[in-house]
Amino acid sequence: MSGLRVALEQAGPIPLAAAFDCPRGQLLALVGPSGSGKSTILRCIAGLHRAQRGRVECGGVVLFDSAGGVDVSPQQRRVGMVFQDYALFPHLSVLDNVTLPLRALPAAERERIGRGLLERTRIAGLEARRPHQLSGGEQQRVALARALARDPAVLLLDEPFSAVDQVTRHRLRLELASLSRTLEVPIVLVTHDLDEASMLADQVCVLHRGETLQQGAPDAVLARPASAQVARLIDMRNLFEAQLNGHSAEQGWSELGWGGRTLRCAYAPGYDPGSRVAWCISPTNVLLIPERLRREEGENGLDTAILDLLVGSALTQAVLKCAGPPGLLLHMTLPTRVARRHALAVGGSLRISLPREAIHLMPAAAREGGRRAPT
Amino acid sequence: MDWDAFSISLQLAAATTVILLLGSVWLARWLAWSSFPGRSLVEGVVALPLVLPPTVLGYYLLVAFSRDSLLGRVFETATGTTLAFSFSGLLLASLVYSLPFAVQPLLRAFEAIPPRLREAAWCSGLGGWATFWRVELPLAWPGVLSAAVLTFAHTLGEFGVVLMVGGNIPGSTRTLAISIYDRTQAFDDAAAGSMSLLLLGFALVTVSVVYAVERRRAQLPKAAGQVAP
Repeated sequence: MSGLRVALEQAGPIPLAAAFDCPRGQLLALVGPSGSGKSTILRCIAGLHRAQRGRVECGGVVLFDSAGGVDVSPQQRRVGMVFQDYALFPHLSVLDNVTLPLRALPAAERERIGRGLLERTRIAGLEARRPHQLSGGEQQRVALARALARDPAVLLLDEPFSAVDQVTRHRLRLELASLSRTLEVPIVLVTHDLDEASMLADQVCVLHRGETLQQGAPDAVLARPASAQVARLIDMRNLFEAQLNGHSAEQGWSELGWGGRTLRCAYAPGYDPGSRVAWCISPTNVLLIPERLRREEGENGLDTAILDLLVGSALTQAVLKCAGPPGLLLHMTLPTRVARRHALAVGGSLRISLPREAIHLMPAAAREGGRRAPT
Repeated sequence: MDWDAFSISLQLAAATTVILLLGSVWLARWLAWSSFPGRSLVEGVVALPLVLPPTVLGYYLLVAFSRDSLLGRVFETATGTTLAFSFSGLLLASLVYSLPFAVQPLLRAFEAIPPRLREAAWCSGLGGWATFWRVELPLAWPGVLSAAVLTFAHTLGEFGVVLMVGGNIPGSTRTLAISIYDRTQAFDDAAAGSMSLLLLGFALVTVSVVYAVERRRAQLPKAAGQVAP
């Protein structure tokens, strides 16, 4: 049995040109800004929206195929859907909400399965309550139990953590992570939160205006975006343009001309010398060079001034201005205890290193200028 | 007290309410969930009896009931009687005249059901009928009750259209409202007074029930998604 395979195309009302797949037992996160068509894609998988062209296949069963004239109704698709606002039935008790999809079974059997599901989503004991008597986190658990009641072949979650507070969100994420390990079906999670996606997902699929730009493991997508556009969408703050000066195959590097200085990155023969390229480096990969090592030449060492510091409990974010014209800005994320040990302060100077392996090259974006585009 | 007229009024109001509710539920659902060009026109036609003088409505109904019209001819061939000045004609007129009183509370009730809930029902495997019985109707029932009470009370109290279309035939088309008019003309104040008091009391009770139901509905949470305090 294969997993979920989706290919959808339409011109409007929300344009779609999406293609991705999700194997059984894996969690795929669809990420993108609001209005990028994430929810529309979920609705297409559930059969609530019909795309103009495309194909949706789940577990070897074709649910939608515009060429073959197949369009299975939502009732016939074994799809578990958790809506963004949960869409619980306000006139039914928690137990009745969960057992409604099991109408075909005898009452005793129905109740047994329903109670089991409520136990599984850790909400046993609230069977008789109405949805409006529940907290946001409890409502989400009921919605999840209802979605699981159909024994779904695919589980769809539409921004399931957007309506709960920070503490509840953390707990629910942990529960979803453990649930996804035990469920043998593909799970598609829609979110605009990249942290959430990288915490929970096996695969991330980046969407922009209905188009799937890149699919891959979260680490791979975050560190090596396929294009400057993906880099912007995943909020890559250190995104620049440079000129490729040349390669040295035997020494394993390529050289970039960037803002009047040269940088060396890992050998990238795919780019022609003299061409414009985009490059990025994750803020966590920008390294601090301690005072005592200043004399030594680190990889791509740069002198900077600290413009801004955001000190969090675990991580500190620094905005650095490179010395000399044209005053390019670099973002750096480091553990707060490291920032404390080195007594970083706004206005102070800092020498940093950009490791060659952490510099990622991409085709130059069509737009002018090397800075991150305003969003 | 004209018990014949009372009985005619009750029969007319009951039949109108039952028939109108069955039809209006589908009309209101259709209006609530579909958008099409000319929707405003359909809504306008439904609301027309609210603003049209009963005599104008009665006049056009009489024209439609006449032997020269298709409706009148078809009915006469089928039943051998005319629609005008008959209980059937009166019933047909009441259906038209009370239409907005049935459709509008139902329309508001069905419009208030979030589309997500119907989609959640479909995703739970419920077909059209099951969704209607298990989700839509339980959520819309205060609207159904309002529609029933308003239609019944409005039909019981209608006068102008009944006079135009039904005339004043005892035991067939003379309703309570007509009878009150008749007794007043004949200076029979005792009968007119008792019948008026009956209608007044009934109207007060029904309108109070509608307000109570509306208030209960306003206190209920519209849908899940709101977090309990």
